[in-house]
Amino acid sequence: MATKAIVGEKVGMTQVWDENNRAIPVTVLKIAPLRVVQVKTAEREGYSALQVTWGVRRPSSLNKPEQGHFTAAGVEPGRHLVELRLDDASGFEVGQQLTADLMTAGERVDAIAVSKGKGFAGAMKRHNFKGQGAAHGNHKKHRSPGSIGACATPARVFKGTRMAGRMGGHQVTTLNLEVVQADAEKELILVRGAVPGPRGGMVVLRNTVKGTNGVKAP
Amino acid sequence: MNPTDIVDRENLRDDVPDFRPGDTLKVHVRVVEGNRERTQVFQGAVIRRQGTGARETFTVRKLSFGVGVERTFPVHSPVLAKIEVVTRGDVRRAKLYYLRGRVGKAAKIKEKRAART
Repeated sequence: MATKAIVGEKVGMTQVWDENNRAIPVTVLKIAPLRVVQVKTAEREGYSALQVTWGVRRPSSLNKPEQGHFTAAGVEPGRHLVELRLDDASGFEVGQQLTADLMTAGERVDAIAVSKGKGFAGAMKRHNFKGQGAAHGNHKKHRSPGSIGACATPARVFKGTRMAGRMGGHQVTTLNLEVVQADAEKELILVRGAVPGPRGGMVVLRNTVKGTNGVKAP
Repeated sequence: MNPTDIVDRENLRDDVPDFRPGDTLKVHVRVVEGNRERTQVFQGAVIRRQGTGARETFTVRKLSFGVGVERTFPVHSPVLAKIEVVTRGDVRRAKLYYLRGRVGKAAKIKEKRAART
């Protein structure tokens, strides 16, 4: 699991120049200062995590349980409550502020977000099927998936057969992205490459949990 | 204004002259050879300018030993030492792809006449 994580909002993509004057495609993430609302530990909750919030929210828009939760922690209510699972959350305390400089340039991170919804998508778009021929007598079946199974044996379609259906709008994790820049003053983190989700969507960054593809994490 | 402008602002050059498709430019390009750096001049007509902000690019076309050569540069690239406008062209299109099929006199771009004062 990750040792540190942070929540931000996807602003959009642009490019910056590296020291060799080459363009690096980057995703800009706005990291508003986070407030720790609750520290979950293995002894008490059975797992370790941080519960954080950010931004401002009218206290009148909170319901009683939420109000009580924030008052008990002594933290100003924020826009959402997000849980960040960590290896060890004991180094953090309630009320602590987390800013963009939690991450450093050159570090490898994973980005977790809800992808853009594509609606009801065909098999070509959803599962990268090839579709069928444009010619050779094909009639109104150019984007169809083709066969979905055999005939009398098994006389049914196997579960999990890839077909058309709802696509996108589910959680996607992009692994092993490089942090290009982390600026606490501007509340920005630049990550090399694309991050799932629409602009304005919530993105969780954590330091990468799998291999770093030959690149050593600092 | 785009939301990413806050990042772009520091990556934009402020020494880019005003130029448009049809203009003839001298583009001074920094070339690194080993540990030596020199500038190379690429002179030709701008046939395209596209994009906005830090991602804006332009394409310069020239004839080199009878062969058409096109190079696309990011407008705000730090590789460019200098952009010099040689002549202003008088053209009616934003993209001058029609020049690719033409040679000699047909590929000539009319020069813009200065407004009478």
